Amino acid sequence: MNAIRVCFALLICLLSLPALAGGKITIAAAADLKFALEEILVAFRQANPADEVETIYGSSGKFHTQIQQGAPFDLYFSADIEYPRLLAKEGLSASAARPYAVGRIVLWSVSRDARQMTLADLANPAIRKIAIANPRHAPYGKRAEEALRAAGVWDKVESRLVMGENIAQTAQYVQTGNADVGIIALSLALNKELATKGGYALIPSKLHQPLEQGFIITKRAAGNPLAKQFADTMDSPEARRIMVRWGFTLPQEATR
Amino acid sequence: MLSLPNLASDFAAIWLTFKLATVVTLILLLIGTPIAWWLARTRSWWKGPVGAIVALPIVLPPTVLGFYLLLVMGPQGAVGQFTEWAGIGLLPFTFWGLVVASVFYSMPFVVQPIQNAFEAIGERPLEAAATLRASPLDAFFSVAVPLAKPGFITAAILGFAHTVGEFGVVLMIGGNIPEKTRVVSVLIYDHVEALEYTQAHWLAGGMLIFSFFVLLALYSLNPSGKRK
Repeated sequence: MNAIRVCFALLICLLSLPALAGGKITIAAAADLKFALEEILVAFRQANPADEVETIYGSSGKFHTQIQQGAPFDLYFSADIEYPRLLAKEGLSASAARPYAVGRIVLWSVSRDARQMTLADLANPAIRKIAIANPRHAPYGKRAEEALRAAGVWDKVESRLVMGENIAQTAQYVQTGNADVGIIALSLALNKELATKGGYALIPSKLHQPLEQGFIITKRAAGNPLAKQFADTMDSPEARRIMVRWGFTLPQEATR
Repeated sequence: MLSLPNLASDFAAIWLTFKLATVVTLILLLIGTPIAWWLARTRSWWKGPVGAIVALPIVLPPTVLGFYLLLVMGPQGAVGQFTEWAGIGLLPFTFWGLVVASVFYSMPFVVQPIQNAFEAIGERPLEAAATLRASPLDAFFSVAVPLAKPGFITAAILGFAHTVGEFGVVLMIGGNIPEKTRVVSVLIYDHVEALEYTQAHWLAGGMLIFSFFVLLALYSLNPSGKRK
């Protein structure tokens, strides 16, 4: 009997953990945003100490499906604006899809000097494994495939491709040395931990469709002032500076 | 209208999964049997630690196994350096890399049923065999193995099914390569992420039916588990 009482007591303690005084938002964001968004959040959290901001990083396609199925995300930052546009069209958003950045892809390696490398060099069979994000659903993978095709090396590299579930896993394949070269997001290649290893070469943006990234406030956050506030923060000069520092190009049109 | 699955890539994944599970089950029956025999009969102090290591994959998240395998089999890892030296190349992103990973991952599901079956036999049949001047090896093959047959069947079914159901480890070390590492569980995930729900349904529904019949077969073979 006592054991059962202890279990109940514990359960009640766990379930009644801090009821928050401030607001709360959960942000689902594409893996390429990891470092930039965390930096933007430092200032946001300082300005809003009573509020709680949670971030979850992963693949844009997966978040799209999860939001369709009612996932508890208040903001959704996709690496491809098409996904939030689809959600808006389905009536699952509280805002139109807003572009926030344009991403770039780079060639990156830890085992060889990638700084002078071009896509044509990938034809070299001494490069055994080339990591890209899965082109079927990862925006960075789609652009990587387009660039490889435009450079005329797709047929030569196809059998040596390994595919990450999202762009962060793709970088991890290269970082652990399991893939010799990878095509990853510039925003990840600029990270301190990755930048000190090997080097990267920017892939000319004319070789692929632009990586137009966009976000929405989801329908469930329609009445959440903190979500609106964070969305507006993305337009602030400071946030834009941070995005540029992490290798993103800002969208041409006004972001409102 | 029910649209048909994308035959080529889906069947490639189904065949690959079947091949992987078969190879892994056969390897596990070969190396799992002596381990199970030893665990069932030894009085050594090592029984506890070895049993715990074999059982680890039951409690470990697949990500832990996937993470360490990726590092150990990579170019800086001990196994990776050995396979490079032996001229095999690196194991991640290859079929045999998945085989190695699955052997670890499914080990307890094969070893434990066999071990239980051996333990249930007890000493007496083997002592009887010894009095009839059967060598230990002879006693093992003509007494212990036939008596433990239900255990072997359970082990093979569980080992096969558990390998088919593997996802986390494959996602971490597989690299999603068609006909090499893109197994059914990963392909379902791909279909869902690409919003191809129809194709996901074909495979996911198939897995559901497959798993149900595997368990049904298992429970009809061992109705109560206590049958004399």
